[in-house]
Amino acid sequence: MSCYRGKYADELIKNAAYIGTPGKGILAADESTGTIGKRFESIKVENNEENRRALRELLFTAPGVLPFLSGVILFEETLYQKTAAGKPFVDVMKEGGVLPGIKVDKGTVELAGTDGETTTQGLDDMAKRCQQYYTAGARFAKWRAVLKIGPNLPSQLAINENANGLARYAIICQENGLVPIVEPEILVDGGHDIDRCADVTERVLAACYKALNDHHVLLEGTLLKPNMVTPGSDAKKVAAEVIAEYTVRALQRTMPPAVPAVVFLSGGQSEEEATVNLNAMNKLKTKKPWSLTFSYGRALQQSTLKAWAGKTENVKKAQENFHGRCKANSEATLGTYKGGAAGSEGASESLHVKDYKY
Amino acid sequence: MSAYRGKYADELIANAAYIGTPGKGILAADESTGTIGKRLSSINVENVESNRRALRELLFCAPGALQYLSGVILFEETLYQKTAAGKPFVDVLNEGGVLPGIKVDKGTVELAGTNGETTTQGLDGLAQRCQQYYAAGARFAKWRAVLKIGPNEPSQLAINDNANGLARYAIICQENGLVPIVEPEILVDGSHDLNKCAEVTERVLAACYKALNDHHVLLEGTLLKPNMVTPGSDAPKVAPEVVAEYTVRALQRTMPCAVPAVVFLSGGQSEEEATRNLNAMNQLKTKKPWTLSFSFGRALQQSTLKAWAGKEENVGKAQAALLTRCKANSEATLGTYKGDSAVSQDASESLHVKDYKY
Repeated sequence: MSCYRGKYADELIKNAAYIGTPGKGILAADESTGTIGKRFESIKVENNEENRRALRELLFTAPGVLPFLSGVILFEETLYQKTAAGKPFVDVMKEGGVLPGIKVDKGTVELAGTDGETTTQGLDDMAKRCQQYYTAGARFAKWRAVLKIGPNLPSQLAINENANGLARYAIICQENGLVPIVEPEILVDGGHDIDRCADVTERVLAACYKALNDHHVLLEGTLLKPNMVTPGSDAKKVAAEVIAEYTVRALQRTMPPAVPAVVFLSGGQSEEEATVNLNAMNKLKTKKPWSLTFSYGRALQQSTLKAWAGKTENVKKAQENFHGRCKANSEATLGTYKGGAAGSEGASESLHVKDYKY
Repeated sequence: MSAYRGKYADELIANAAYIGTPGKGILAADESTGTIGKRLSSINVENVESNRRALRELLFCAPGALQYLSGVILFEETLYQKTAAGKPFVDVLNEGGVLPGIKVDKGTVELAGTNGETTTQGLDGLAQRCQQYYAAGARFAKWRAVLKIGPNEPSQLAINDNANGLARYAIICQENGLVPIVEPEILVDGSHDLNKCAEVTERVLAACYKALNDHHVLLEGTLLKPNMVTPGSDAPKVAPEVVAEYTVRALQRTMPCAVPAVVFLSGGQSEEEATRNLNAMNQLKTKKPWTLSFSFGRALQQSTLKAWAGKEENVGKAQAALLTRCKANSEATLGTYKGDSAVSQDASESLHVKDYKY
């Protein structure tokens, strides 16, 4: 068998292609309870279920926002939550033409004998969990593998183990109707230059696509969520056009055209940076046989969170702000972003947290 | 280091792109002395150097033919031969805008413990040989790896070893200024169906591109010479549109778009079959971020050889036959081939020889 051709094949291909619709992208709202707690702490909001629910309602019901989104990634708790008026979030999304997605990994664990490298867990009973999520309305999934750059890193072990985990996760998802987003994040932490990042990214992506092929994954029914190719967080910044050139070249060298779309992660980039870089990629004149769009968490929510600060009276303002960022990124997928999007103070604030753990 | 960036990088990229110029393709005229002997014997011509020289002069000097070619692959002996008037073949080709190429492998040897599977030799001293060939005017090279389909074939060992050999050959070529044509031929022999050929082709190509990445090969400075995806020689034939669909899909699933062009081998296909299949591929409406062209040996020379029959008085007729096939294949690269209602008997003759050895 070369690749999955089971009962969900056509649906997977269709959903993956839909997510890559030009002008649309993904809101990554799948922060685990612990992680969202850190966000709340920064705006002095208590981390309880009601507040988590309220934040997500703010985002999903923001007027005019859903047309800019093709998908939203959810944490398990959120998949089953509803608006204050009692409408399941999943229905809100479906009515807005947005596919619900679900984070299915269970975080990282250290690899013995390495210099703090990790692999990702979550494969146990994954098939069953995917079936439940599909029944609840999810149509795509996300699994985050993490690698880092250092003098001798990433090691071959870390690359192989993470690539294999991604491939096992991917085929299990497909067998159960969920489009797998393959996310091999290479952390931006470090003082390395952009060439180093490019070398590592190309090596990691090549390993991922070999593993996906080995595991019979249907590439037409997958998405890739990679880091952009940039200098390390402690190195000198470069222009957006340079990031665009290096990033697209890395994809040209490793990602087969059967994959319909790339949904970039924002890493520690500021909201504006992430938008401008994506825009530069879509303006680049070179071979790009896949959509280039976004799957942003912090880079879509940061200024919105601050505007909300947990107060009901701020909801409207926060939603307008959110609309501004969604629209900006929608334009970036078309290469038409002109800068200066609605996004109050904070849109240029770096969101880099060293050794970021979700 | 992710990919070769040495002194020949720009030249390799330019030459690889040139070979993929729409409307052009490669004449594979690199038959070894033994193999050309079989061809000559089929038309009752003695296998001596002057006849081998005469045949190649007939081909390279065929009026109007060179405009349809971007490259010609030569056997070592031919690289140093001249026309009867004393002009080096390399000069004839260069003046005609055709890059000279050189076969650099030294044939196949059996892999112990397998069911007749092989690997390809020729790595010893390859760097020095490449330098000599470059000095003699060659600008690209060819290395043929061979795999076969059977109940348990190709084995993982055969795939790995052939992919590794191709990758080693490729980087050595690049370091010495020659664009490597990567040829992982999966023989058409057998009664397997189209799906089986597709699975094996996708598995083999994925292994090749992983190996090329591992060995730091600059994909933008390479070409791929694969088999088309077809049913086995003993299985019922399918329409060119089907061959086209399966072949292009196999490439979409495995070949990064940094590779500028694919130059198909013709295997045992007749001249007309090979042209029609290539034409169908170029008519297909799907993602094809690489040129799809030809590197045909038998499928360009068969009727020419017969028309020549070794006789001086037939040279004009033979050259006209070559021009016809070159023009037909040129149109096929543009998807504009209309077929030839007056196609010769020879053009439709299958050129399949079981377990073909060059």
